[in-house]
Amino acid sequence: MNSLVLSTITRILAPLLLVFSVFILLRGHNDPGGGFIGGLIAAIAFILISKAEGRRQAMVALRVRPLSIAGTGLLMAIVAGFWGLIAKGAFLKGIWPLIVYNADGSKGGLPIGSILLFDLGVFLVVIGGVCGIFFNLEKAVGEDTD
Amino acid sequence: MDILLTLVTGVLVAGASYLMMAGTLVRFLLGLVLISNAVNLIIFVSGRLTYAGPPLIDSASKTVAEGAANSLPQALILTAIVIGFGLFAFTLALSLRAYSQLGTDAADEMREAEPEDRT
Amino acid sequence: MTLLISPIAIPLLTATLCLLLRDSRAAMRVVSLLGTFALAYAGALLYLNVETAGPISAQMGGWDGPFGITLVADLLSATLVMLTGLVGLFVVIFGYSDLTFGEERNGHMVFAQVLLAGVCGAFLAGDLFNLYVWFEVMLIASFGLLVVGGKSIQIDGAVKYVGLNLIATTAMLAGIGLIYGASGGLNLAHLHQLLDGRSGEPAVLMAAALLLFAFATKSAMFPLFFWLPAAYHTPSHTTSTLFAALLTKVGVYTLLRVFTLVFDLQHPLIQSLLWVSGVLTLAVGVFGAIHEVQARRVLAFLVMVSIGIMTLGMAAGDVAALKGTLLYLMQTLIVTAALFMAVGCVAYLSGTERLDEMGGLWRSHPVVGGLFVLVMLGVAGIPPTSGFWPKVVLIDAFASEQHWGLVIAVALGSLGTLYAVMRLFSAAFWQEPKAPLPGLMLDFNRAAPMTALAVLVVGLGVSAEFLIQVADSASASLMDPKLYVERVLGARE
Repeated sequence: MNSLVLSTITRILAPLLLVFSVFILLRGHNDPGGGFIGGLIAAIAFILISKAEGRRQAMVALRVRPLSIAGTGLLMAIVAGFWGLIAKGAFLKGIWPLIVYNADGSKGGLPIGSILLFDLGVFLVVIGGVCGIFFNLEKAVGEDTD
Repeated sequence: MDILLTLVTGVLVAGASYLMMAGTLVRFLLGLVLISNAVNLIIFVSGRLTYAGPPLIDSASKTVAEGAANSLPQALILTAIVIGFGLFAFTLALSLRAYSQLGTDAADEMREAEPEDRT
Repeated sequence: MTLLISPIAIPLLTATLCLLLRDSRAAMRVVSLLGTFALAYAGALLYLNVETAGPISAQMGGWDGPFGITLVADLLSATLVMLTGLVGLFVVIFGYSDLTFGEERNGHMVFAQVLLAGVCGAFLAGDLFNLYVWFEVMLIASFGLLVVGGKSIQIDGAVKYVGLNLIATTAMLAGIGLIYGASGGLNLAHLHQLLDGRSGEPAVLMAAALLLFAFATKSAMFPLFFWLPAAYHTPSHTTSTLFAALLTKVGVYTLLRVFTLVFDLQHPLIQSLLWVSGVLTLAVGVFGAIHEVQARRVLAFLVMVSIGIMTLGMAAGDVAALKGTLLYLMQTLIVTAALFMAVGCVAYLSGTERLDEMGGLWRSHPVVGGLFVLVMLGVAGIPPTSGFWPKVVLIDAFASEQHWGLVIAVALGSLGTLYAVMRLFSAAFWQEPKAPLPGLMLDFNRAAPMTALAVLVVGLGVSAEFLIQVADSASASLMDPKLYVERVLGARE
């Protein structure tokens, strides 16, 4: 496709979508959101680029091949599962190494741990998976001739 | 409401069956989308329809508030949708490949794996 | 905990590593060999543990049952996981020679490991929805395995396979929704308590019918078998072996598990359905196997014969018949793998898979012929192979309940099987070849796993007590799952 409107909008929208996807990912722990939706939003950014500038350009923007992203994500999710198994004896159990308990019993510190790692894994699997499927479909259809 | 949704499920399944038995891959795919939505509705209705608040825990309390919706069917449906999405994407890719490689969209004309002359 | 999660986590981890290392064929090979070896080892450890300590269960993430995701291993699932690991190991080695460069590059090893994870997950799943998820994992992996070769015939087979299996899993999900609506639970052990004495209710029967439909399609029972002979002969021999050994068996396993724990296997409606379906599956399998001229399609129909016999065992439904069914289930996993691998070797040596074009292998490869005879005896159920004992146990069970029709069906089925495999054998080894043989020799990667499996077929027949004891206590605990339920939900009431 060769549309000035789409490519101009994409230049603004794609970075916004990527930032928004990270926001949704991080928000997911206590509110609606999370790795899956965040990953889909990030994938939309790359699909938009591929629609506006062509599949090659989108692959360049991704830098890493989609399936490698998905593989890394899967690895992170499995590691998050084993983290819980090793630390607390239950696979996928949530581990919060940076949470500290104050003297008055309230919680402090950073709520970052195995859950976030798992969600980040899901995020990457979805980006990689969706982009991989989309690029392959587009290649099969043969629309993309640049 | 239950009865309405049950009827909708029935209509969806009927439509899906009709499409799936039409014998072409694209219709089969559309039927698949319909029938997976029908199944999601079955799970949704199975979880009982009640007037309830969203099953979210606000930061002050430890458990969901009284009268919150049953969140399990939602979790099940979400999982089913995600899996269904993946399978649909694969089936779409496969259909496209089948169409370009076998040159037909009709399941009855695909005789590569099971040729008719077998003597 | 570690024991229960590792049969699932190890293949998943192996698949991930294979995916990341997919540019290097050698690295993928090493990783998948090490991974399946670790899986077989973990399976053996799980078996040893369950054999001494009884059923074990674990809750993912520490969320207690019946609400968390439960993994359970009783003797039956542990043994099946162990056999899965063993078959997986042999298949990986066989694939070294059998797979083409394109198939390996397109991710055969990734999908194969995901398939193993899905199969082990289905064996260990402790709740219905988790079971559904593992079925889908297995399904996606098997779709991938079917099409990695990219040939037209494979795409064609995959279309049929994908279509029918998707309908089956959709039905399964609908059944799960209904059972949740009727009982409010999904955990198998919890459902056992919730549905105690309610197996005749319409909603429960409807859910049972939907799940029966799904599992029957998975295990290729009449009249839901059409995907099997349409797809099993299209992919590489490695993939065929993996599918034939594992996939339909998962269907039979889940049918047994769910219909003993949740529903009532002895409900007259289910009994009569299984009875009719079993006889017809057996008949279609035998006639198909006798009629076909393509070697692997003959095998596909022979898989159906074994499914038919197991269905008849379930149709009889008493402890003795279940014991025979379980014994058959465990040994047929090995025998089917051996048979598909042996035919893979024969097809490689004769350069064709059509029975009327093969021939003359006896003169050039007598050792392969000898091993083939062993595997053949195993399939037909002739002593001293492992295929003999389950038939003895089954026929004994049928005769003591005076199910003479079943006795005759199993006997005729075995006779038909024997004829079909002898036809296969004489075509490949004794017949005058139409064209000169390609003059190939078997390499180590093909010969070693095939020999090992053939030895296993005889070994499990000579020292049959091992599997018979497993089947004995596993069938007893299937019929009386008190300990299973206790180990999942705790001893509380």
